[in-house]
Amino acid sequence: MDRMDSMDRVDGVDDPSRDDERRAARRETEQVFREEYGRCVAALIRFLGDIDLAEEAVQEAFTVALEQWPLRGLPPKPGAWITTTARNRAVDRLRREASRHDRHRQAQRLLDATTATPEERAAEEGPVSDDRLRLLFTCCHPALAPAAQVALTLRLLGGLETAEIARAFLVPEATMAQRLVRAKRKIKEAGIPYRVPREAELPDRLKGVLDTVYLVFNEGWTASAGETLVREDLCAEALRLARVLVELMPDEPEAVGLLALLLLTHARRAARLRADGTLVLLTDQDRALWDRAEITEGQALVRACLRRGSPGPYQIQAAVNAAHSDDSLDERQRWEQVLALYDLQLRLAPTPVVALNRAVALAEVSGPEAGLAAIDALREPLSAYQPLHAARADLLRRLARDAEAASEYRAALELTANETERTFLEGRLAELG
Amino acid sequence: MSATKMYLLSVHMVEGQEPPSEETMQTMYADVDRFNQKLQADGAWVFAGGLLPADVATVVRTQPDGKVITTDGPFAETKEHLGGFWVVRAADLDAALALAAAGSKACQGPVEVRPFQDMPEQ
Repeated sequence: MDRMDSMDRVDGVDDPSRDDERRAARRETEQVFREEYGRCVAALIRFLGDIDLAEEAVQEAFTVALEQWPLRGLPPKPGAWITTTARNRAVDRLRREASRHDRHRQAQRLLDATTATPEERAAEEGPVSDDRLRLLFTCCHPALAPAAQVALTLRLLGGLETAEIARAFLVPEATMAQRLVRAKRKIKEAGIPYRVPREAELPDRLKGVLDTVYLVFNEGWTASAGETLVREDLCAEALRLARVLVELMPDEPEAVGLLALLLLTHARRAARLRADGTLVLLTDQDRALWDRAEITEGQALVRACLRRGSPGPYQIQAAVNAAHSDDSLDERQRWEQVLALYDLQLRLAPTPVVALNRAVALAEVSGPEAGLAAIDALREPLSAYQPLHAARADLLRRLARDAEAASEYRAALELTANETERTFLEGRLAELG
Repeated sequence: MSATKMYLLSVHMVEGQEPPSEETMQTMYADVDRFNQKLQADGAWVFAGGLLPADVATVVRTQPDGKVITTDGPFAETKEHLGGFWVVRAADLDAALALAAAGSKACQGPVEVRPFQDMPEQ
């Protein structure tokens, strides 16, 4: 085998067409990495009972793949190849190191795993057998801080490097590395289980998972700080995770709702910014720039999940976005539908943020005066919430109450760290003179 | 063959906080008692106890030269002190958190869940 490898390598050096093939194989390998990393790590964690060992093994397997695939081409099932290679490497290593005390338990676990009866395995695996789901629930366990949940999910399921996650959240790499180490240590030492929660706990825990994926998307959609508004890589990763969730839990309408919401929001990315990088409000966007494929898919998902008759916040939020992108309605009809949806959400979850969204829709249906009155009732609970000040400023501006509008834009600016949003608000403030 | 871990479920008292009414105390005692019995029946019980206020605590400290210093008062200069605790066995953190939720309901206060170090294998 080794001789074959070296012969191939010698052959390839003088042959430019082989170089192209190799580059293509390398790209394909990277593609496989993106798509399969989470599944492989998740399988290895169950097999090894240890997150760090699983990551090491999978990375080692991809290193082997990067050496072999450009020479020999991709195996028929690349993901399975990676998992098997990682498993074999891990077993070899554990055998070599079995005498060392800290590896003893892992070796024992492997032995247990290979000798378990099918019944024992079934009991351990529960009703859902995809390991990625287990891993998602472990990464999004409520005993971990939300920031750690997001980081772990991106690292273990998305295969993002620590440096990439640190860049996305604008923290030093060392800080992010420490956050990940601490979270993994807590999973291990506090005994956070590696399983999908039981029926009774599932609704609460699923909400935690959905919230984490949404948080990843939101951080990509409106980066909370910094010069660029959108971090497309985070949006893409959140969409991928949402798809995985729907694939694994097709009967959870809120998971479907989340995917639809992300698709319908993401569909507007090209219309959201002008060439100079300034922000375009929804009502001013060029609808021709919206991504038709994503809108069609999102709208179909919304119809499918709402038919189930158990609405939840993500489904309603998705339906709101479906209404905004419905070309069979005129502007007023769209806002009427949006208003009705927020009325429904307010009945299900009467929070000030939902009430604010409803007030914004009300302003479009019944005029800025009515919207402003509704927003004014929320000034106290949402005094530190930037969108309240931005929405209130906009309505005051439309009512030509310039002095009040200016002071409200200033209040919004104080709560805005994102450069693109700042530019937008400063522009509006300047127009008031 | 189900492996278990040990967890400390601790309840903290805040100094100077209004003590609950006699009636609330009685309910609390009865609820905690019932919770303790359930822990024992389920095999989760290792040990539990309520502590007297921290101002009757004494700290004993051995100095490098072997001399023993005894001082009055609790170890930490804080307003929150350990008021009571359970030591339980649970399969994993989720099981421990479920016990803590029941304990928190019984004692009507927050419960901190902290895993013990693994015991050396026999």
